[in-house]
Amino acid sequence: MIQIKNISKTFYKENGAFKALDNVSIALEKGDIVGIIGSSGAGKSTLIRCVNLLEKPDEGEIIVNNRNLLALNNKSLSAEREKIGMIFQHFNLLSSKTVFDNVALPLELTGKDKITIRKRVVELLTLVGLGDKIYEYPKNLSGGQKQRVAIARALANKPHVLLCDEATSALDPVTTGAILELLKEINQTLKITILLITHEMEVVKSICNRIAVLDKGKIVIQGAFEDVVASGHSIVQQFISKKKITIPGYLKDQLRQSAAEGLFPLLEIELNNAVSLETIIDFSRHYYHVPVKILKADIETVGELSFGKSLLILQGQEAANENVMGYLDQNNIKNNIRGYV
Amino acid sequence: MYDSTTVLLLEGLWETIVMTFLSGFFGFLLGLPLGILLFLTGKGQLLENRFYNSFLAVFVNIFRSIPFIILIVWMIPFTRFIVGTSIGMSAALVPLSIGVAPFIARLVENSLKEVPSGLIEAARAMGAGTFQIVRKVLLPEALPSLINNASITLITLVGYSAMGGAVGAGGLGQVGYQYGYIGYDAFIMNSVLVLLVALVFIIQFIGDRISQKFNHK
Ligand SMILES: Nc1ncnc2c1ncn2[C@@H]1O[C@H](COP(=O)(O)OP(=O)(O)OP(=O)(O)O)[C@@H](O)[C@H]1O
Ligand SMILES: [Mg+2]
Repeated sequence: MIQIKNISKTFYKENGAFKALDNVSIALEKGDIVGIIGSSGAGKSTLIRCVNLLEKPDEGEIIVNNRNLLALNNKSLSAEREKIGMIFQHFNLLSSKTVFDNVALPLELTGKDKITIRKRVVELLTLVGLGDKIYEYPKNLSGGQKQRVAIARALANKPHVLLCDEATSALDPVTTGAILELLKEINQTLKITILLITHEMEVVKSICNRIAVLDKGKIVIQGAFEDVVASGHSIVQQFISKKKITIPGYLKDQLRQSAAEGLFPLLEIELNNAVSLETIIDFSRHYYHVPVKILKADIETVGELSFGKSLLILQGQEAANENVMGYLDQNNIKNNIRGYV
Repeated sequence: MYDSTTVLLLEGLWETIVMTFLSGFFGFLLGLPLGILLFLTGKGQLLENRFYNSFLAVFVNIFRSIPFIILIVWMIPFTRFIVGTSIGMSAALVPLSIGVAPFIARLVENSLKEVPSGLIEAARAMGAGTFQIVRKVLLPEALPSLINNASITLITLVGYSAMGGAVGAGGLGQVGYQYGYIGYDAFIMNSVLVLLVALVFIIQFIGDRISQKFNHK
């Protein structure tokens, strides 16, 4: 369906050359939702912009619908682009045009007649749930609504692919969820292949069936979401447990640096495999007779696997607490004592 | 006496208005495409081309640095060739339009630069060609700013046309010149002044209103 083959791209600036993409290959099947994750500057935007040739790669091939885009002349390229929808982090709606006219724009560009345009625009806005905002100007819409308009606009010419460049990065978590839901629905009902880029694992996890991890211009790993996560690749780990876990303010004041009578260790643990938090708690209590208090947990569960960080207080005898830590060590669960409370 | 003075002033006012708006119109006819080209050939833009861009920029800058009064005189042979005469209102229109066009080109270029580049990107992704992007995205998005610049241009032209009055272009400038410089008539001079100021204020006011009407940012 889409093949990105051995793409490289170097930018030349005053202070030298910078290789933003280095021999990147990704293949998308029809109906896929593929997520490309990477940190800032990894080359994600450059990569997605190469797919519709907004950016021209130096080397490699972009094959969409069996057509090699790099071999096309301007006119044929325009025709292909009409069938490749794109949405952006900052929506890129025309402030001078109403919601209706924004969605109508791609249809006008392809020379559709007024009646067809009207019918299609209303249909699209209904699909994205904005049937009541047709004559508003973008400035009167919320971020989520603007992205819905942008999605409607991207779908106007019935594309077979939708490219999403950080489409939810400017939105709050609830709105992000709703937009991702909409993308999933579009993928399923309209059979549109989606390529999205993001720096949030949450986004990939909630809708992608395949994932590629981009780091410093190179794909370091790609495949089914579960497989990539289970690989334990260090860069993948970063995305899962990149958030620092902080000790609540009220506890900070009470926290002692050394052990003492009547104080319990405050433990930070990092889950990274098949041992779940529940297992650890159960095991501590029943096997070592250590009651465990969960102070905080930020954990992702993928199938049988658990990833993330948690703050625990081990409320057992000193020797028993040490046994629990020994057990964690044995299972390769990073743990360190942040203090005693 | 009073009546003939009123007629004189009203005629002058009318000529100034006609000169201002007609040369503004012709100036835009020349300056708009020039400004669009300046923008499009600029760095990182759709038709990026250093050679053409520098060429246009130098051309525009040369014309902008010639004092208007000198331009009028310098252009006399050309004006005579185009309209058959070098005095009167229609003769003034030629240097006015040509003198203001490079100024308009720069203003247009600046207006277009204010359009967020993401919009051009989105339009390219839709498959729009350069001409379509100009017509469907750049000009509509820049419209409020273009209207503001049109007011600035017209106000500049009020000043230019008054200057033209000194070399027989008609309008309030010429009235002021004749009754002020050659024998001082305080009433006429003051009236000319008030009328010119009023004209500028009205243009600014209407320009602001129209620009506001089209601004949905
Ligand atoms: N037009 C350009 N000219 C020069 N350098 C560029 C250009 N576009 C991108 N780069 C460089 O290429 C690198 C990758 O940029 P890119 O925008 O693809 O990153 P990204 O992964 O999308 O990051 P972010 O998450 O911050 O959007 C960056 O170092 C950037 O400075
Ligand atoms: Mg980016």
